Amino acid sequence: MRSSSPIALIVKYVILGIVDAVAVWAGVGLVMAANYGLLAMLAIGAGALNVLVLSKRAYPFRYLAPGLAFLFGMVVYPILYTAYVSLTNLQTGNLLSKDQVIQLFEDRYAAAPDQETFTYRAFLDDHESLVVLLIDEITDREWITSEGDPDLVVVDRSDPQFEIDEFGALVGISGLSEVTGLQRYQILSRLETLAFPYGEEYLRLSGLNAFKTFIRRYAFDWETDLLTDLTTGMVYTPIDGTFTADDGTTLEPGYQVWVGGRNFGSLLSNAAMRKDFARVFVWTIVWSLMSVLLSFSVGLGLALLLNDRKLRLRVIYRTLLIVPYVMPVFISALVWRGMFNAQFGIVNRIFQSLFGTTFRWLDDPMLARGVLIFINVWLSFPYMMLISLGALQSIPDQLYEAARVDGAGMFRRFWRVTLPLLMISLAPLLIGSFAFAFNNFTLIYLVTAGRPAVLGAATPAGATDILISWTYRIAFQGGSGNQLGLASAVSILIFAIIATISAIGFRLTKRLEEVYK
Amino acid sequence: MTARRVPRITKYMAARFLRRLVRHALLWIALAFALFPILWILSASLNPTSGLDTQRFIPQQITFDHYRSLFTDPEYPFVTWLLNTLKVSGVTAIGTVILCALSGYSFSRFHFRGRRLGLLAMLLVQMFPQMLAMVAIFLLLRTIGDIVPGFGLNTHPGLIMVYLGGAMGFNTWLVKGYYDTVPRSLEESAMVDGATPFQAFWRIMLPLVRPILAVILMIQFMTSYAEYILASILLRGTDQYTLAVGMRFFTEQQFNRRWGPFAAGAIVGGVTFLFLFLPFQRLIVSGLTQGAVKE
Repeated sequence: MRSSSPIALIVKYVILGIVDAVAVWAGVGLVMAANYGLLAMLAIGAGALNVLVLSKRAYPFRYLAPGLAFLFGMVVYPILYTAYVSLTNLQTGNLLSKDQVIQLFEDRYAAAPDQETFTYRAFLDDHESLVVLLIDEITDREWITSEGDPDLVVVDRSDPQFEIDEFGALVGISGLSEVTGLQRYQILSRLETLAFPYGEEYLRLSGLNAFKTFIRRYAFDWETDLLTDLTTGMVYTPIDGTFTADDGTTLEPGYQVWVGGRNFGSLLSNAAMRKDFARVFVWTIVWSLMSVLLSFSVGLGLALLLNDRKLRLRVIYRTLLIVPYVMPVFISALVWRGMFNAQFGIVNRIFQSLFGTTFRWLDDPMLARGVLIFINVWLSFPYMMLISLGALQSIPDQLYEAARVDGAGMFRRFWRVTLPLLMISLAPLLIGSFAFAFNNFTLIYLVTAGRPAVLGAATPAGATDILISWTYRIAFQGGSGNQLGLASAVSILIFAIIATISAIGFRLTKRLEEVYK
Repeated sequence: MTARRVPRITKYMAARFLRRLVRHALLWIALAFALFPILWILSASLNPTSGLDTQRFIPQQITFDHYRSLFTDPEYPFVTWLLNTLKVSGVTAIGTVILCALSGYSFSRFHFRGRRLGLLAMLLVQMFPQMLAMVAIFLLLRTIGDIVPGFGLNTHPGLIMVYLGGAMGFNTWLVKGYYDTVPRSLEESAMVDGATPFQAFWRIMLPLVRPILAVILMIQFMTSYAEYILASILLRGTDQYTLAVGMRFFTEQQFNRRWGPFAAGAIVGGVTFLFLFLPFQRLIVSGLTQGAVKE
C-alpha cells in the first residue's frame, strides 16, 4: 500500500487530534452527568474512529464502517432491543424507570395540617430566572427566594436594593422586573413546579394568587423498598413494577421491570389471549398462502397466454398488465377501499344493478378476508406473470418436442414438463412472496385496519389482523394503552416463524454457497 | 387430392382461429381486471362531483378542480406531503448508494478477518424485515430525540437514518456481486501507475459500476416512497407526514365527500412513481441479473 504525502498525513493527524479532544471533553461532561450508557457509546465510537484512521490492518473497515454503523444502529440493535423489551412489562403506566417513578412520588405534596397562606409577587432577573417575594399578610413578614436557590431569606428593608415608597410599600427590587397582571399566566407553569422548604413543610403555589404550606405526600425507604403514604400511613410494596398496598390498592404510574417470559407465557397460556393469537396466526398463514397461490395461478396463466412470440399486441398486453404492480401499494389499497365501500362504492353499485343486492364487504369477517385476498391478487399477479414469463423462456423447446414425440398432450406437457421446470427457478421467489405477504402490513392496515373487530378479544385483534398488524395495534393502538412489552413478544414470535420459512428457502436457493466461495 | 385437403386446412385454421380468439378474450378480461381500478380513479379525479356515490364512469364533463384544490386548498397539505416524500426518498436513495458503494467494495476487494461472517450476517439480517422491530425503533428514536433534537421522533433525519439502516443488507450484496464481475487487473494497473487504493476505487471502480448504483438509487427511492408502517409510527405531525401516511387523511373521515380530491392525489402520487419507475424498469431488471451473475 502506498503511503500518502506528508502534508495529507499531518492534516489527517491534526483533524483526528481535534476530534479526540472534543470526544474527551464530551466524555468529561458525561461523567459529570453520570450518563454512563452514552459514555460507553462515545468511547466505542471514538475508539473505533482512531483504530480506523491509525491502523493499516483496519483499512478495509474504512469503507465498511459508515454503512455498518447504520446497520447496527437501526437494524441489529433494534432487533436485540426488541428481544429485551419482550421480557419486560413496558406499557402505558409502566414506561418509566423505578428511580424516575420514586422521584415522581417524592415530588407529590399534600396540604399541611394547619395550612398557612402567603401572598406573593413574582419577578424575573436578567437571566429570565424567577424570584419570588412571599408575604405573610397576618404577621407582615416578608421573604425573598428564587428558582435557583429555594431557601427563604427574610427581607431586610434597609437594604438599598428594595425600593420603598413614602407609604412604606415595596414598589420594586433593583435589577428585577416584576411580573404582573396577565403576564403571570405565562409563568404559571413554572411557578407550579416550585417548592420552597419552610421548616418541615414546603411552600407551593395553590390557586393563582397564593402560596400555601404543604407536606410531602410519600416517603420511599430504599432499605426496605417500601413506599409510605404520609397522610394515611398506608404502606405500599412494589409488586411487578407497581406499588401495591396490602388491601390491593395500587398507585399510578408503575415502573418498568423485568418479567422474564411472562409475555410469551400469557400469549400461549392465557385462554383469551391464546385464542387471539391462534386466530391471527391461522389467518396470517391462510392469507399468505392463498395470496401466493392465487396470484401465482393468475400470473402463470397469463404468462402461458403471452408466451407466444407470434401473438399480436403482445408487448402492449404485457406493458398494460404490469400497471397494478407499479402503483404504490398505499395508493392502490386506498383506491380499493373506496371501491369496496358498502354504501357508495362502485362494487356495490355494480352488484345492485346486476343482482339487485349489495354486501357489506369490509364489515363481515369472511367477506373482508376474501376482499383482502382478492386485492392482493390484483396487486401481485403482474410480478408473478413477469417471473413466470422469464422462467418459461428459459425452458428449451426440445423438451416439449421430446414430450410431444412421446405422445404427451397439452395438459400432460404442462404438468410433467413446464411446471416442474418452472418450480426449480421460481420456488425461492414464491417463498419470498410468501414472506412478503406474511408481513404485508400496508395492504391490511390501509384497507381494513384489521377490522371488523372480534367480540370478546383480549387484545386489539380484529378478524383481518395478521401478526404484524396485530403487533402494531398492541403497541400503538390498544384500548388499554400501549403494551410495548407484549407487542415485542409477538415480534419475536414472528422472527422465529420467518427464520423457519427462510431456512426452507435457503435450502432451495443455496445462496449460502456464495458466502463460502 | 386437393378437394380433400381444403376442408382439412380450413378445419385446422378454424381451430387455430378459435384458439387465438379465446387467447385474446382471456387477455382482454385480464386487462379489464388490471386496469379497471385505475381508470375508475382517473375518472373520479376528473368528475365534477367529489362523491363516491355520484361518480360516473364517463364523466359528463371533465374538470381539473380536484387537482387544483389539492394544490391550493389549505384543507389538504398535499404539496407538503409530496415534497416530504421526495425529500426523504431522495436523501435515503443517495445515502444508500454512497454507503453501499463503499461497503460493497470492501467486501469485494479486501480480504480481512470477519469478511465471511460479515457477509453472512448481512444476509441473515436482511431476512428479518426491519419493521418487526418497530417498538424498539420507536423507543430508540425517542431516546435519540432527547439527546440530539432534530433526529428523533417526528423528524425526517430520524426516519432517513432508519431507512438507511434497513437498506444496507440487500443492497450491499447487490453491489458486491457487481464489483465481483469487474476484473481486478484494472485497479492493479492503476495502482502500479501510482494511484492510492482510494483513487483506484474512486477513479477506476466507481465509473465502471455506475449501472448498479443507478439501480440501487431507483430501488431505494421507490422503496422509501411507498414505505408506510415505519413512517406512520415515527412521523406524528401532519406537516411532517410523507405521502404514504398523509393519503390516509382523505379516507379517515368523510371518505365519500373527499373521494374526488383523494382520486386526484392518488393519480398525482401514482404518476410520479410511475414516471420514476418506467424508464428504469429495463435497467433494474438487467442490473439485478448482472449483479447476480458470477465471473
